[in-house]
Amino acid sequence: MTDFSVTEQGDIAAIIVHRKSMPGAMLPILHAIQDRIGYIPADVIPLIAEQLNVSRAEVHGVVSYYHFFRQHPSGKHTVQICRAEACQANGGNALAEHASSTLGCEFHATTADGQFTLEPVYCLGQCGCAPAMMIGDELHARMSPQKFDRLIAAKRGTP
Amino acid sequence: MTVINVFVPCDSSAIAVGADRIAQAISAQAQQRGIPIQLIRNGSRGMFWLEPLVEVETAQGRIAYGPVDVADVASLFEAGFLNGNPHALHLGVTEQIPFLKNQERLTFMRVGITDPLSLPDYLAHEGYAGLERALGMSAAQVVQEVLDSGLRGRGGAAFPTGIKWKTVLNTESAVKYIVCNADEGDSGTFSDRMVMENDPFMLIEGMTIAAVAVGATQGYIYVRSEYPHAIAALNKAIDIAYENGYLGNQLRGSAQSFNLEVRKGAGSYVCGEETALLESLEGKRGIVRAKPPLPAIQGLFGQPTVINNVISLAAVPLILARGAAFYRDVGMGRSRGTLPIQLAGNIKHGGLVEKAFGVTLRELLVDYGGGTASGRPIRAVQVGGPLGAYMPESQFDTPLDYEAFAAIGATVGHGGIVVFDDTVDMARQARYAMEFCAIESCGKCTPCRIGSTRGVEAIDKIIGNQERPQQIHLLRDLCDVMVNGSLCAMGSMTPNPVLSALNHFPGDFT
Repeated sequence: MTDFSVTEQGDIAAIIVHRKSMPGAMLPILHAIQDRIGYIPADVIPLIAEQLNVSRAEVHGVVSYYHFFRQHPSGKHTVQICRAEACQANGGNALAEHASSTLGCEFHATTADGQFTLEPVYCLGQCGCAPAMMIGDELHARMSPQKFDRLIAAKRGTP
Repeated sequence: MTVINVFVPCDSSAIAVGADRIAQAISAQAQQRGIPIQLIRNGSRGMFWLEPLVEVETAQGRIAYGPVDVADVASLFEAGFLNGNPHALHLGVTEQIPFLKNQERLTFMRVGITDPLSLPDYLAHEGYAGLERALGMSAAQVVQEVLDSGLRGRGGAAFPTGIKWKTVLNTESAVKYIVCNADEGDSGTFSDRMVMENDPFMLIEGMTIAAVAVGATQGYIYVRSEYPHAIAALNKAIDIAYENGYLGNQLRGSAQSFNLEVRKGAGSYVCGEETALLESLEGKRGIVRAKPPLPAIQGLFGQPTVINNVISLAAVPLILARGAAFYRDVGMGRSRGTLPIQLAGNIKHGGLVEKAFGVTLRELLVDYGGGTASGRPIRAVQVGGPLGAYMPESQFDTPLDYEAFAAIGATVGHGGIVVFDDTVDMARQARYAMEFCAIESCGKCTPCRIGSTRGVEAIDKIIGNQERPQQIHLLRDLCDVMVNGSLCAMGSMTPNPVLSALNHFPGDFT
C-alpha cells in the first residue's frame, strides 16, 4: 500500500475485520472505508476480497458499479448538484451551468486548486424546494446562482 | 411563568432552507430576553414553501409563522409571537391553513405534529396500537387484515401488499426477512424521506407487524445514500425501540422477536427495483434478477422475503389499529385508502398532500399547488417519477387512481408530481429520460442498456433536424423494443416519458 498512511492501513484492516461477518458485508465495508479516507483505493480491493472470500473482480465490480463509491480522492469539498426533473423544472439546469462555469470545472471533475469536486446527483428528495444541492454533508435548497456563490465563498479555503 | 412550546422542524427540507439556524436564533433570543421556552424539533407539516415554519403552542392551538428568516426572529419576539400575536409572517392556526385543512392525513397524521424521536409522543398519538393488536392475533389474521384493507404497494407497482405477505406466510422456511425499500430515487418524490425523518417509529412498527404476520425475525431498511438525515433518524429511532422493548427478543412480552438494521445504498437508481435491491443488500452489484422466483419465495439470501416500500409499510400500523374497513372505505375503484402525493418542481405551493384516491390532478395542481412558482401557465406535469408519462393540460381532470392512469398510458407510481411551466422544451425532457436510463441502467438486459443510448442519439438527431421522420419512426420502434423486451421497469417504462412527450407535444420535436 502506497497511497495512504500506516494509521489508515490499520483502520482499514480493522474496518474489514469488524464487519466481515455481517450478512452482505460488502457495502457496509466500502462505506466505512470511504467515510474514513474519502475513497476506495485500488490497494484495498485484494484485502476485502480475501476477507470476504470473493474474487477481486467481484469487489472491483461492486466499487465501480455504484456512483457513490469513489476510486480516487476528491477535492476538499464535494459539491453535488441535483440534475433530476424537479430541479430541472425550477432552474436546476441554470444552476448546474453556473456551478460548472464559476468553479471552472466540469461535472465529475475537481477544480485545479483541489478545493471542490463537482458531481451530479439524481434527487436529494428536496423536490418541494427545488433546486437543491449539497456541499459535503450540508444540504441546501431553493438555490440560486447568487446563493451558490455565497456558499462557495464561505467554504473556499476551509478544511 | 409557564414554559411555552415552540416548534421548529428537523425535516431535511426545512434544514436545507435554514431551520437549524432559526432554532438557534430562537433559543438565543429567548435566553437573552429571559423567557423560558421549550424548543421542540418537530417533523415538517409538508408545506415546504412556508419552511422554515415556526409554530407556537397557544390556547387557540398551534399558531404558525413562516417562512422565517434568521433576520425575522427578533421581530417575532418583539411582536409577541409566543402569544400567537400578529406579525407579517403570521399564518394563523396551523391546522386551519387550507393546504393542510383539506387533506385526509392517515399515514401522515402525526407528521409535523410530534417530535419524530420521542417515543412518548408516538405512543400518545396511536403509536404501537397496531402492533399491540397484531400481537393478539394469529399470523394469518394479521395478513387477512392487510388483504382486506385493499392496500396496494405504494412504491409504484401497486401490487396488493396482503398477497405478498400471504405468499411469504405460506412459504415454509426457518428464516424469513422483512425488507423495506427506502431507495426513493424518483425525482419529485419525498414521502418516504418524510416518513423516515419525521415519523420513523411508524415505519419500524409497520415492519414489526409484517414480521408478526409472516414469521420473520430479521429486517433491513435499505435507504439511499442521498438521504443522510433519514438514515440518522432511523438509527436513533431503532436504538430507542430496542431500549424500550419494541425491537429485539420477546417484543412486549410476546414470543415474537424482531431485529432491525439500516443499510445504506450507494447511489444507484435501479436499486429501487426490488430484486436489484436484494442483490445490493447481499453485497453485490445492484443488478436486476429475472422473476420468477418471486422474492416472496426466494428473496434475500434465497429466503422468503417481504419487500415493501416505506409508505406501504407505514400504512400498516393504522390499518391494524383501526381495522381494515377503516382504510378500505376511502378511495375509489380498486385504489383503496390514501396516497401521500408530492407536489414538486415549478409549483407555488410545493409539499406533501395526503388525499384519498380519486382526487384529480387539477385539484392538486390548482387548489393545493396554486399553479407554478414562476407564475406562468403549467404546460406539462410528470407523474410517477422519471419513468412516468408527461401529461398535458387536457389530462388534468384524470382522477388519481391506478386504473384511470393506466388507461391513458400514465402511471401514478410513487405519487410524485413534477410541474413544468410553458418554457419547458419537451424534446429535451424526452432526451433526458433516455439519458437517465443510460446512466442508471444496470446493464443486464440489452433493450435497456443499449436502447437508452440509441434513444439519446435518435433524439439528438431529431432535435438537430437530421432525417427527422425516419428518426421519429426509429425512436418509436426502439421504444417498442424497450417496452416489450426489458427485464424490469427501468427499461420498459423509460419510453413512457419519451413517447408521451412525443405524442402530446409533437411541436417540440419539429
